[in-house]
Amino acid sequence: MINLKINNIPVSVEAGTTILEAAKQIGIKIPTLCYMKEINEIGACRVCVVEVKGARSLVAACVYPVNEGMEVFTDTPAVRKARKTTIELILSNHNKSCLSCDRNMNCELQALSYEYGCDLNAYAGEQTPSEIDISTDYLVRDNSKCVLCRRCVATCKSIQHVAVIGTMNRGFNTSIGCAFDADLAETSCAACGQCINVCPTGALTEKSEIDNVRAALADPSKTVIVGTAPAVRAALGEEFGYPIGTNVEGKMVSSLRLLGFDKIFDVNFTADLTILEESHEFIERVQAGEHLPLITSCSPGWIRFMEYYYPELIPNISSCKSPQQMFGACVKTYYAEKMGIDPKDIYVVSVMPCVAKKFEKNRADQAAAGVQDVDAVLTTRELAKMIKANGVIFNQLPDGEFDAPLGEYTGAGVIFGATGGVMEAALRTAVEVITGEKLDSVEFEAVRGTQGIKEATYKVGDLEVSVAVASGLENARAICEQIKNGTCKYQFIEIMGCPGGCVNGGGQPIQSSFVRRNTDIRALRAKVLYEIDANSKVRKSHENTVVDTLYKEYFGKPGSHKAHEVLHTSYVKREKY
Amino acid sequence: MKTVAELQAIKQKKGELFGAGMHHILVCGGTGCTSSKSMNIIKALNEKIAENKLESKVRVVMTGCFGLCAKGPIVVIYPEGTFYHSVKVEDVNDIIQQHVMAGKPVERLLHVEADTHEAVHKLGDTEFMRKQKRVALRNCGVINPENIEEYIARDGYQALAKVVNEMTPDEVIDTMLKSGLRGRGGAGFPTGRKWQFAKASVSDVKYVCCNADEGDPGAFMDRSVLEGDPHVVIEAMAIAAYAIGSNQGYVYIRAEYPIAVQRLQKAIDDARANGLLGENIFGSNFSFNLEIRLGAGAFVCGEETALMTSIEGKRGEPRPRPPFPAVKGLFGKPTILNNVETYANVPAIIRNGPEWFASMGTEKSKGTKVFALGGNIVNTGLVEVPMGTTLREIVYEIGGGIPNGKKFKSAQTGGPSGGCIPAHLIDTPIDYDNLIAIGSMMGSGGLIVMDENNCMVDIAKFFLEFTVDESCGKCTPCRIGNKRLLELLTKVTNGTATMEDIDRMEQLCYYIKENSLCGLGQTAPNPVLSTLRYFRDEYVAHVQDKVCPAHVCKNLIRYEIDKDTCIGCGLCQRKCPADAIERTDYVAPGHKLASMRINVEKCVKCGACMEACQKIKAIRKV
Repeated sequence: MINLKINNIPVSVEAGTTILEAAKQIGIKIPTLCYMKEINEIGACRVCVVEVKGARSLVAACVYPVNEGMEVFTDTPAVRKARKTTIELILSNHNKSCLSCDRNMNCELQALSYEYGCDLNAYAGEQTPSEIDISTDYLVRDNSKCVLCRRCVATCKSIQHVAVIGTMNRGFNTSIGCAFDADLAETSCAACGQCINVCPTGALTEKSEIDNVRAALADPSKTVIVGTAPAVRAALGEEFGYPIGTNVEGKMVSSLRLLGFDKIFDVNFTADLTILEESHEFIERVQAGEHLPLITSCSPGWIRFMEYYYPELIPNISSCKSPQQMFGACVKTYYAEKMGIDPKDIYVVSVMPCVAKKFEKNRADQAAAGVQDVDAVLTTRELAKMIKANGVIFNQLPDGEFDAPLGEYTGAGVIFGATGGVMEAALRTAVEVITGEKLDSVEFEAVRGTQGIKEATYKVGDLEVSVAVASGLENARAICEQIKNGTCKYQFIEIMGCPGGCVNGGGQPIQSSFVRRNTDIRALRAKVLYEIDANSKVRKSHENTVVDTLYKEYFGKPGSHKAHEVLHTSYVKREKY
Repeated sequence: MKTVAELQAIKQKKGELFGAGMHHILVCGGTGCTSSKSMNIIKALNEKIAENKLESKVRVVMTGCFGLCAKGPIVVIYPEGTFYHSVKVEDVNDIIQQHVMAGKPVERLLHVEADTHEAVHKLGDTEFMRKQKRVALRNCGVINPENIEEYIARDGYQALAKVVNEMTPDEVIDTMLKSGLRGRGGAGFPTGRKWQFAKASVSDVKYVCCNADEGDPGAFMDRSVLEGDPHVVIEAMAIAAYAIGSNQGYVYIRAEYPIAVQRLQKAIDDARANGLLGENIFGSNFSFNLEIRLGAGAFVCGEETALMTSIEGKRGEPRPRPPFPAVKGLFGKPTILNNVETYANVPAIIRNGPEWFASMGTEKSKGTKVFALGGNIVNTGLVEVPMGTTLREIVYEIGGGIPNGKKFKSAQTGGPSGGCIPAHLIDTPIDYDNLIAIGSMMGSGGLIVMDENNCMVDIAKFFLEFTVDESCGKCTPCRIGNKRLLELLTKVTNGTATMEDIDRMEQLCYYIKENSLCGLGQTAPNPVLSTLRYFRDEYVAHVQDKVCPAHVCKNLIRYEIDKDTCIGCGLCQRKCPADAIERTDYVAPGHKLASMRINVEKCVKCGACMEACQKIKAIRKV
């Protein structure tokens, strides 16, 4: 152990600990902008400088290891002045349109300028020229708000192993962008949106579809139907001051009603439907001994990644549409027919924890009724913004209920939002279908938890089924490599593009780096979903009565010709360059 | 090479050739002289030699830099040691016929001292050379850098042989410590200490790197060593590798140094072919391999961690220290990095002993230092002097003083990280600590002399423009702070700054020094701080009087035609690119034509008119 003093308070920490971490032990939060533990320890922003007795200059607490007998001062006039100057310099090259910025009141730079009482115009001068990149369907990069912390770059490279963004040019002209100044749309970006979640400012945002949704809501000729993804209810509350890990499903439904949607359904329903199709597909493939392992297709970020980097795995990917796309397809076929509405007059909005869904809705082969299955995708954040803008007093709302028929879901459907949830739901159904016997326990603990890769082997009748669950594209890549080099021992694999699954999706409420560093957000949000599951009367997708009705009235049976027409899709090989 | 005996055999064989009563014509093949076509001179010499059937009596040798670059191309003929400068192809005939065949020196090519106006025959007798002491440059301008045998003949690889056969790594490090050698790249860290740290780090793999990314504007000593004596770097790196327990080295060299790259590569190949690099050197179990890595010329890649990041194939940016490279450097392994000039001292220290080296220089700065003399000085070039030599000796004795009888105003040392030394400190003995004490630094040894025609604010701006341009952009203080500092400085040179701006500049300077991530940012404000310290009156003149005392800052000067001196020839009007000169109707007494005047609205202040009027001198800056 290393003994040192921080602000004259003795503290003992393990060797290799940074000043930043040591200070936290005595209850001092040293401000940071660029720091991400183990991911981005670059000491670049200099906001975390502290005084160390005997040191030649101020040192960056985020990267400076403690020494025996060290004396650190985190809050001297010199330190405060230095930090203030650093923030003022950043502000001098920052597009200060804070009042209407997406990150107003949730911006790390804004918080720091407030805390340090910065003069916004202390160092007025030239601005680094920049252009806004709106080339993709899902993301907007506005470098005039970028502080060059490089958290996005580090996340793309070190967490997601995609690395399509990097540092361009140098000095005052430094900017974050794609190689050769290409638009993001020209790269093999997976569209996961993890970069948005780590951005301290408003430089990275989803491409908003709020205006489109508002226009549809105002159009009397349109029946506007909304569906919400499982993970949204586990995080939306954070935008309204609820602690991380609060279930706000009821308030979410009530607010959607106040926003004026004609029908409020739940994508959990099509999660259940996905399980029936996918477990059927699995059983078929196991019986035929073909195209194993079967890999899930719910995560459009993962799918896009696979199409760029591992297109040879296309035959292994489940042909099931994602729950979002199944939802749109069911609304515009089955529900439209049932209600006698022309699918052209239906406007389907899905609320997603995800930005890749914005890309997914525009994919080819996603138009079961001849018109696009899903018309607009709102992220959890966009929904929160709409709720706020409409004057809905979220915290006072009573709990509402989803509309019938596409609002019913089982515990299996709701856990889709956490890594391992799809696998667990599929196992609940597959085991009962294969063995014909009721499960004693529906809980498959081995596939739960936030680890990047989980694996388990289950005895299903005579069959030994090895499964793996991966979340985050780094882990996805590891699994793909195993399949490629023939060392993969699994028959069924769940892959989610974002670490921790959809609860930590690129469209979820943004928490500051300090919160992200000190809280397991993924686990807290996932806990909400597992609690809903545990409290559900029905916990197996094949016991969803509406799904049952749907097959009886419309699709016949899982894997039928009709089901294939409406609920399945195809993939393409994408060129990286 | 398996044994020291083999090395001695080469030395002896080559040495006999030198003393064989032949004429050796040494022609500089450094970058400066090559640019003035010294290769054509070599070709012409060889043709003449063949023509006169002198092949057995005269040898032409291409060498590295002699140092007096302003007077290139340079030719030196042995055994007489006659020194010819500014040689052209047309002079070759006389050199062969008159000097070699008739034994009479070609007087018109001899060097004439600026002060005494006397012709000097031998290079060593020139004012320029007399005070110099060549250690790092000992082989430059002496041997053919592309011939390993010539290096061996000058005791080359003896030090490596001694180290490998007779010394333990600790003894080598001890020798370096005792010598007092400090890093010649800028910071002056004791070389032996650096090696000691790296040796103490436990690792299966360690690296030895050479910083040849010389980037200070005006500095070219490292280039000259690599061009003139590449084997000395190879030998020194092998010694360093032996000392710290490494067997792989990299030389990081900028691609803008094509001759140096080519000669170093040849030297590496030759050393390998002779067993001086590779496995089991001198039959020992010490093995060492060396590779070149080319840099793209980013100034920041001279910073040690940025250099290593660049070798790793990543964007050349510094990273925080600690961990220091001696613990965690290239590819995460313990690494030492020394610059070219530092290495160039190492073999001599091993051969002659640390006491010999420590006998030169000052108490805390031992040995010699190479300076690249530039700016307003007669003898522009490369000089090597013992540490502690005064600035006055370098400028007035070695450098030949300031041209055109102008007054010495300041010397800038340390490149963009350094500062300006004012005239009243010209007798300061130059060493690491004295330079720091007076607000400058040694840096890599650039020494730019400025006279009364230089504006010190403009000089500070020049260097800051350079660092702003070369900042990698990683940390805030350097990326934005230096940019804002430059904007404030520009306000001063434009005459739009206030006295408060000067205070803000000063504060910003200290902030940037305290908060930047790497040495580039931490030292970037030095030119501003040192000029503020010694030439504050010039800043004040720009701000309060809206005047540039040296008449340099464009916004604060205008050109004026004296109507009584002007003869109305109209030459200025024809040279003016902005059509700003018009004829008046005033004819001065005694003149035939009406005088000219400058329309200040149109004038772009290029100075072309004043240049055109040099005979009449009717135009002046005010």
